[in-house]
Amino acid sequence: MIFLTETFAWLVDPANWVGASGIPTRLAQHLLFTLVTLVVAGAIAVPIGFAIGHTGRGRSVAVATAGAFRAIPTLGLLTLVALWVGIGLNAPFVALTVLAIPPILAGAYTGFEAIDRKIIDAARAVGMSEVQILLKVELPLGLPLLIGGLRSATLQIVATATLAAYIADFGLGRYLFEGLRIRDYGEMLGGSVLVILLAIVLEGVFALVQKLVVPRGVTAGRPTDIRDGSSRSRAVMEPAIEEGNNNVHSK
Amino acid sequence: MFTANRGRLTLIGAVAVGAVVALAGCTSGDPLAEPSSSTEASTIVVGSQAYYSNEIIAEIYSQALEAGGFTVDRQFQIGQREVYLPDIEDGKIDVFPEYTGSLLQALDKNAAGGTSDATYAELQAALPENLRVLDQAEASDQNSWTVTQAFADTYKLTDIASLTNVTDPITVGGNSELETRPYGPTTLQEKYGINIGGFVPVEDSGGPLTVKALVDGDVQLANIYTADPNIKSNNLVALSDPDGLFFPDNVVPVVSQKVDDNAAAILNKVSAALSATTLVDLNSQSINDQLSADKIATAWLTQENLL
Repeated sequence: MIFLTETFAWLVDPANWVGASGIPTRLAQHLLFTLVTLVVAGAIAVPIGFAIGHTGRGRSVAVATAGAFRAIPTLGLLTLVALWVGIGLNAPFVALTVLAIPPILAGAYTGFEAIDRKIIDAARAVGMSEVQILLKVELPLGLPLLIGGLRSATLQIVATATLAAYIADFGLGRYLFEGLRIRDYGEMLGGSVLVILLAIVLEGVFALVQKLVVPRGVTAGRPTDIRDGSSRSRAVMEPAIEEGNNNVHSK
Repeated sequence: MFTANRGRLTLIGAVAVGAVVALAGCTSGDPLAEPSSSTEASTIVVGSQAYYSNEIIAEIYSQALEAGGFTVDRQFQIGQREVYLPDIEDGKIDVFPEYTGSLLQALDKNAAGGTSDATYAELQAALPENLRVLDQAEASDQNSWTVTQAFADTYKLTDIASLTNVTDPITVGGNSELETRPYGPTTLQEKYGINIGGFVPVEDSGGPLTVKALVDGDVQLANIYTADPNIKSNNLVALSDPDGLFFPDNVVPVVSQKVDDNAAAILNKVSAALSATTLVDLNSQSINDQLSADKIATAWLTQENLL
């Protein structure tokens, strides 16, 4: 309980809200760093994920690589890169990009894989080019899972970007490291609260984006919709199979 | 169905009987009780910081005590002083390698410091009743303000005060806590009028990242421990400290009352052999030759005829 009052006192202390190590500056640094990392990781992972999802090739390689990436301890990678490029923001940037790629990659290709192959065959049958299929069919239908991947990547970056302060005077992690070292637990918890709040706000933003961007009627990634058959395309396409399934069950 | 159930019943019965027999064998021992005093009395608990050099010294203490017939329980890599000091004060750890000045400052914020003997005497007075320090070694491992040789040559740097020769603002690097320590950048600015341009946190306690930042010129001044072999291998200069900004940090064992005269004599012999150059050499075997603490300890103790 003492920690909580200390934390609150730290958060409302006006001295902590001004200057180069004030909360607004640190929050802005943290947010900017998160967004830049997310954009770069997305620029790498989304095209690869789309290529895998569209062609269906290279999936096992991607899964294995992404899995290996996930297993890399970020602090270890950060130290390793920093020993090569020196202190500053370059090393945390590389380490966090590596951290963010797997969830985005998985979101991109599973989004495509979740699409019923018959829809894509139908698109091809009506004469759509591969690019049209990618942009007009696969992209919108795969969007919910892609955004899910971006969401989870963002969450990981926001939380782990605190490590940037390991070798740079940067971001909300400074409060954590400094508080830990000088045993100012109010500062430490205050910094953690700020990271959590930032993560929650970004989650909210993504939830909103997801609602706005995903076309109505797209049901991939929403099992309830699939089950109750509210999706027209599925309802039209699948009765034969469903009957077949029912027959199997009734025997 | 019935046979299956009977089989299961038999199995449960067998397990139950086995468990009863096994438990019966245990009735005399309560697994949650504190270890009985008879086994505790002969075991000495040796601790160490989460710092490779401290672990080497702790391992040397342990092997020397074992050679003297004591049973040693090693509890190494227990964080930093804030974490383990309460455990030493509670008597949970019996022997701990410490550094005189840093321990003194942790126990008494207003301590005066001074020469290494004065610091040792102050430390003896500052320790709680149930603890004592044995003889201090010549070896020390203390904080220092370190620069590159090239930087020192450019501005003719010798001691800390000569940093005023530097015309450009100096960027300082080190652990977060350095910024607020009594010997930190603020003191350099206020006490000596040194032109400090900023502070960059490098949270590896003067380790390879700090050394690299210094060599690359990302920071010009860093806190590196004097027994660090990196100082020599990277051509760094620890600026001399005639004003006693840093307290002398001689290696000294802090011991509980469980350490009797025999054990104390063994540890004092070790401290007598532990010279300033020895510690740098032992650290170098860890950093440059990647040897483990126990191998380094055995080799050194054998060489000094302490085993």
